[in-house]
Amino acid sequence: MAKITFITKDEHTIVCEADSGSVMELAVQNGVKGIDGDCGGVCSCATCHVHVAPDSVARVGEAGEIEKDMLELDDEANERSRLCCQLEVSDELDGIVLHVAH
Amino acid sequence: MKPSDHPDPFKQARTEQGVSEIDDQDDPVQMVLRLKDVRKCAHNWKTYSSEATPGRIVVPSEVNIRDTRQIPFEVDPPKHGAFRELLDPWFKRPLQDEYRDKLREQISALINEVNQRDSIEAIYGFSLLLQSHALTVLMNTPESEAETFISWGTHVFRSEDDPLDAGKAQQLYDYIDQKIDEAEASPSDDLFSTLLAAEVDGARLTREQIKGIIILTFAGGRDTVINMVTNTLAYLADHPESLQRLRDEPEIRTRAIEELIRYFSPLTHMGRVATEDAQVCEHAVKADSRISLCWASANRDETVFENPNEVVLDRKLNPHVAFGFATHNCLGATHARTIMQVLIDELCQQVDHIDFLSADENIEQWGEFARKVGYHKLNLAFHSV
Repeated sequence: MAKITFITKDEHTIVCEADSGSVMELAVQNGVKGIDGDCGGVCSCATCHVHVAPDSVARVGEAGEIEKDMLELDDEANERSRLCCQLEVSDELDGIVLHVAH
Repeated sequence: MKPSDHPDPFKQARTEQGVSEIDDQDDPVQMVLRLKDVRKCAHNWKTYSSEATPGRIVVPSEVNIRDTRQIPFEVDPPKHGAFRELLDPWFKRPLQDEYRDKLREQISALINEVNQRDSIEAIYGFSLLLQSHALTVLMNTPESEAETFISWGTHVFRSEDDPLDAGKAQQLYDYIDQKIDEAEASPSDDLFSTLLAAEVDGARLTREQIKGIIILTFAGGRDTVINMVTNTLAYLADHPESLQRLRDEPEIRTRAIEELIRYFSPLTHMGRVATEDAQVCEHAVKADSRISLCWASANRDETVFENPNEVVLDRKLNPHVAFGFATHNCLGATHARTIMQVLIDELCQQVDHIDFLSADENIEQWGEFARKVGYHKLNLAFHSV
């Protein structure tokens, strides 16, 4: 079971738990504002953009090339940006903190 | 080649030049063909504007048949954002259970009906009906209005033999005027009344602005949705193993829908007007000339998609641009996706297989490119489970 914390743009903190699925799906199920996941998780819509908290970066890892290309054109992108549809929930992610970008 | 295949006519031009110029009513268009370039240009609304003379960013240009600016489609930021903020909640209603249930009722009844028949012509006997009925849900008008929409045929601006039919466009404008009058006289909770009561930046919408929003709602989701539905039926008829797989593996349906939308790319391209001299992959773009963002070509870009010309139902990474990209991404995408979800669910539940009887392909001609966008006629036989 992984515990994942989302902090929205208007500074609401939502703590969710899951053991499978994508982080985007987890956020949508829990109504995290700013995570829409319009395309269902195939890296097409960029509506699940998060900034990974600095001390969670090592565990989350880097975006792949296709994801990076998407993020490159997002005005809110920074070096800690990820599209969370590309993050699979696992024990590895237990305790990470994600700031919603939009 | 199978009869449901949609070949990629852009490959050579995309890999060799990246851009290709076509003529359109003496206002040429440079089609941008590579995914990364399409995305960059779509993102750069300051250089590649949508706020040109109404109708000019559409290819073929509608400047000669339309004066009303479509909103928010032909408005750039920051004004665009205020309109989008007003309209997004309405156009996200398809995420609500009640909305989905209404669509399910309509689509389920339609499939039940075609299951009983020996054969059907799918465009007029299925897709046009589905699109027209679903549009009444999107606009929250009585379902009986669908009969009027059906009587208009498959495109609101084009007729069988005329790509730009002013008479046909007038029919839509008259309908909209009449509906706004009715909503003024007795308000309801439909889209017309909602827009009459709405404010943007502290001011009521003008009648012209309301018309612009409604015209977009009709035009943007007409032949696109009809082609998406028809092409899906053709594909499933031609690939019975795919219908079986979708039935057996409901967890891949979301990905399958994105993949079908990528593969079909119901809207070939959309134009922009350059506000300054610019460059797309080393090709000069002059100020006040047109480019088009070719979603259909970008979605077959072999540098991004593995096996781009195959339908890979469970394609995991699928950064397609079939609904556009950035500021002006498709307002109706949630409605379109919900239609596809309900359609696939109901086909899996009610239909064992579909026979592909015969078809007359609809080929668009863009300069040197001949692109199959759908069918003029598609004859199918449905077999219930």
